[in-house]
Amino acid sequence: MRELNVEAITEAIAKMAVEVNSYLSEDVCDAIAKCKAEEDWPIAEEILDKIQQNIEIAKNDFVPLCQDTGFACVFMEVGQDVHFVGGNIEDAVNEGVRRGYTDGYLRKSVVKDPIRRGNTGDNTPAHIHYEIVPGDKVKITLAPKGFGSENMSQIKMFAPSAGEEGVKDFIVKCVEDAGANPCPPIVVGVGIGGTFDRAALMAKQALLVPLDEPNPDKYYADMEEELLERINKLGIGPQGFGGKTTALGVKIKTYPTHIAGMPVAVNINCHVSRHKEVVL
Amino acid sequence: MEKRLEYPFDKEKLAELKAGDSVLISGTIYTARDAAHKRIVEMLERGEEPPFEIKGSIIYYVGPTPAKPGRPIGSAGPTTSYRMDAYAPTLLDLGQAAMIGKGQRSDEVKEAAVRNGAVYFAAIGGAAALIAQSVKSAEVIAFEDLGAEAVRKLEVVDFPAMVVIDAQGNDQYEIGRKAYNSR
Repeated sequence: MRELNVEAITEAIAKMAVEVNSYLSEDVCDAIAKCKAEEDWPIAEEILDKIQQNIEIAKNDFVPLCQDTGFACVFMEVGQDVHFVGGNIEDAVNEGVRRGYTDGYLRKSVVKDPIRRGNTGDNTPAHIHYEIVPGDKVKITLAPKGFGSENMSQIKMFAPSAGEEGVKDFIVKCVEDAGANPCPPIVVGVGIGGTFDRAALMAKQALLVPLDEPNPDKYYADMEEELLERINKLGIGPQGFGGKTTALGVKIKTYPTHIAGMPVAVNINCHVSRHKEVVL
Repeated sequence: MEKRLEYPFDKEKLAELKAGDSVLISGTIYTARDAAHKRIVEMLERGEEPPFEIKGSIIYYVGPTPAKPGRPIGSAGPTTSYRMDAYAPTLLDLGQAAMIGKGQRSDEVKEAAVRNGAVYFAAIGGAAALIAQSVKSAEVIAFEDLGAEAVRKLEVVDFPAMVVIDAQGNDQYEIGRKAYNSR
């Protein structure tokens, strides 16, 4: 058993929280640049140019790209040979979020009750997902999720008879329904299969896949490409004022499902598609 | 070419704006988003004075990040506007001159804008560091307990925005997309 002090997890999350909100990863920057080069609508080009300026300012001034510094989604892949010491793992994660968001001048966007509201004041608790994996390492991915785009996400429990076409039409319709609201250009995360909850989780995890990494399954790689093409023919464009660039990418994750079902979840992210990982 | 707009807006100048116009706004604007809108409308229902004069005001739907030392404000881009649709007609009927946010609005909001000669502007969602550069000062004037959602009085210079719904009820989200698709 490898011992790992949970303080290391707190420190890693606090550091990542500040960095992930100011520096956009290269795959997203590249996708924006590529879309701008291919854009054929003047206002769309202009908006993509402003988005690039914003990325530069955030990086140079080390300030958040977006004021919605998100709900802290933390994905933990814990090696089964790791023994946590020095405290409770959940407390350690939340302490990391608390420190990062407080010391790093990030916005506190979490309310303590969904109906009765009331800001918790430190952006905790995080949404934490644990997975036990082989090995003695811990991989932590932090993905702050803005809710302008989160609110535009949808899930549907299809009958298997809906088939591939039913799934694809639903994904495109989700983007159409979202329109200008989720700050296009967007990233579309899709989860197909599993159970109701598993589909939603996969849709969120699909948003963590680098945009320049094709789906390992050729069938879904082709589907991602086809969906991106269909979505970018909708004409919504950057910020919804028309144009080719409605989405920067579509990413699909799948899982075996029940003979009676075909769950499909679509989790939408904005162009400030943030995620950062560290292995301890 | 951007049109420069100085607060306070006069009705004639607002009426001249067309959906799709790029503008640079200077002067006083107030921030309010979900929780602040709810409180303001509840105060009005109880017959209390709202935290700022609604008539003639420009309300920016934003919850900024905390200001770093030496800066007036943190990052400050628009939040999605439809969540304010339940409250906006009440404020527009009291004379609110303009709304700044992003995303589509309901027919009720559009009708209230036309009825009152008000305008809806969009700022670029997710360009919060860029937009913050136009904010010269910020002061919390109400609901401090709401944190990011508190009402702030901002002084802005050349705040970049676009007219989305003009005082005639034209909607640039519809116009822009239609124009692109029929190009």
